[in-house]
Amino acid sequence: MTNPTNSNFVYVTYIRTTPDRLWSALTEPEFMKQYWFGMHQQTTWQPGSPWALKFTDGRSADTGEIAEFDPPKRIVINWRNEFREELKAEGYSRCTMELEPQHDAVKLTITHSIDRPDSKLIGAVSGGWPKILSNLKSLLESGTLVFAEKF
Amino acid sequence: MDDDSVFRALADVSRRQLLDRLFANNGQTLNELCQRLAMTRQAVSKHLGILEEANLISVQRQGREKLHFINPVPINQISERWIGKFERAPLRASSDLKRSLEGESHDEPHE
Repeated sequence: MTNPTNSNFVYVTYIRTTPDRLWSALTEPEFMKQYWFGMHQQTTWQPGSPWALKFTDGRSADTGEIAEFDPPKRIVINWRNEFREELKAEGYSRCTMELEPQHDAVKLTITHSIDRPDSKLIGAVSGGWPKILSNLKSLLESGTLVFAEKF
Repeated sequence: MDDDSVFRALADVSRRQLLDRLFANNGQTLNELCQRLAMTRQAVSKHLGILEEANLISVQRQGREKLHFINPVPINQISERWIGKFERAPLRASSDLKRSLEGESHDEPHE
């Protein structure tokens, strides 16, 4: 492998919407709950400020801090799992969300990586991101969800 | 980006093989993907282009290298749209059978 020292996953979807609408969908807690199985992010979005992904009952699934925030183009989050010991032990991963306008759609690229080989964290999130993105695309394009149940 | 391009891209054994290779080892260069394959570099490159067109892989620049990553989002959408839906049918058939064996009327419409 080219780079055996890290683990990487890339998710790309094209959503027929505007960058501003997609940006709101990614950053507004109430909107996010609709496609993220009731979860939401808690942060002021200022670079350097704390960030948390909250379960419906208020516990933190993941925590970290905002590394970059450049509306409506790019968000980078330093992201650590909080609720599974073996994932938390891997430390911080890096989640980058990038928006690029393309014709009548926006290309959304989410890259989730960590500086260690065979990461369990990257493996664990790789099942979730496609469902979240399918839901987000469906919600923005047609107003309905693909997956109503938590995965 | 539509279902047609995803199905077309998947309807080829070489392209499925390339996806399997990326699934095993994500983020490979063209050279790495060409190793131990009975395909010319040109053919691999052409197949990767079709996979990228269908959004099944994403190509990311890292320094001087172009790395190929599998993108699981379209397969997930196809699976939900074209597989999940039909998998529920046998379950419904078995619940109809159960109702009829248990002597309940099953005139009521399906949900």
